[in-house]
Amino acid sequence: MSSYLESTARQRIAAMVSDFNEFLPPSSQWTSPHLPQLNAPVSFDDGVVVGRGSIEGKQVYVAAQEGGFMGGAVGEVHGAKLVGLMRAAIVNQPDALVLLAESGGVRLHEANAGLIAVSEVMRALLAVRAAGIPVIVVIGGSNGCFGGMGIVSRCANVIIMSEEARLAMSGPEVIETANGAEEFDSRDRALVWRTTGGKHRYLLGDCQILVADETYQFKTAVVQAMQHCSQADVALSLQDLEDEQTMLNNRLQSFGDMTEPMDIWAAMGVRHPEEVAMLDTGAFLQLTASIKTGERQHG
Amino acid sequence: MEKLVFRFEDGQRKLGSAAQLVGVVSSGNLEVLVQAADLQNACEIEINTAAMGFGAIWQAVMHDFNQRWQLADTRIAINDMGATPAVVSLRLDQAIQACLEQAP
Repeated sequence: MSSYLESTARQRIAAMVSDFNEFLPPSSQWTSPHLPQLNAPVSFDDGVVVGRGSIEGKQVYVAAQEGGFMGGAVGEVHGAKLVGLMRAAIVNQPDALVLLAESGGVRLHEANAGLIAVSEVMRALLAVRAAGIPVIVVIGGSNGCFGGMGIVSRCANVIIMSEEARLAMSGPEVIETANGAEEFDSRDRALVWRTTGGKHRYLLGDCQILVADETYQFKTAVVQAMQHCSQADVALSLQDLEDEQTMLNNRLQSFGDMTEPMDIWAAMGVRHPEEVAMLDTGAFLQLTASIKTGERQHG
Repeated sequence: MEKLVFRFEDGQRKLGSAAQLVGVVSSGNLEVLVQAADLQNACEIEINTAAMGFGAIWQAVMHDFNQRWQLADTRIAINDMGATPAVVSLRLDQAIQACLEQAP
């Protein structure tokens, strides 16, 4: 039994991936060229571990972002490692690309280089899908998955989250800084998790699999996601985009005037929305089993 | 940032050739990279730390570390973000133990 939330990127890889072979390991010391200019510490892997290995006999290319280093933020080298991994996946055709995401988004210290890096990651991810390789994103770290990496994640075929995980565009403190505490109180942790947490994302259909915070459960879910994807067309099509647009339009129409996630859950048919936050994952999935049918789809 | 380099001559213990990394560069923490290198039986430690002006304390912690392990032909690189001396010692020992476990 081990908590995915409390594990480092390297511990997650060690627990989930067999025969892991790291590309550009720490000993190669590809560190950020920007951080020393700002007199800030670097990390020997620039906050991301990339390589290939296997999960339950399936060949995977895998990346794990380290939330402890600058909140998992994507700098130039970090982004280039992700892009390189994805391009290598296209050449070598593994069964899946697995991204253990934990990131606040672009590393603002690296400005344009970080922004370009994230956009290149998006392009590379979609190229992986176009090459017929499913992309599975796992989110379960304490830093959540925000900003550019939130967008990258929603470009994947499947997103797996825990209740503790968070997925959104602007982070709570960014919203509060830009629009004030009346708009969004970033210190109200219950509100933050109701709005960005795994349960809400699962109910809305933004994540496809919700698991308890156990590393083996995430691993089991990755296997399940790979099985699902092996029977589906994984490339992003125009039809997928149109379906997504329709889904978002429907969401806006149904819930656009609601400011409280519990109201949304009630409107979806959750009988006691005020109890949702306190339910463990098993009880939550049981309670919402009837709701998710038909409402939810793989992206 | 401050860069400190320590070198201890005449080590007794060689480690395996596989590099080891432990720790994460986060607040109050550090990463330690241990690699084998031909250093004429010395152990060389390079530290890049965000905390300025603690050279004397690093000197003491590295001296104790060298007393414990007496490493030869070993290069250690540290990226530090204000770890306390106890955490530094812990990570260093963790890294060396990982190296010893890896060795055949």
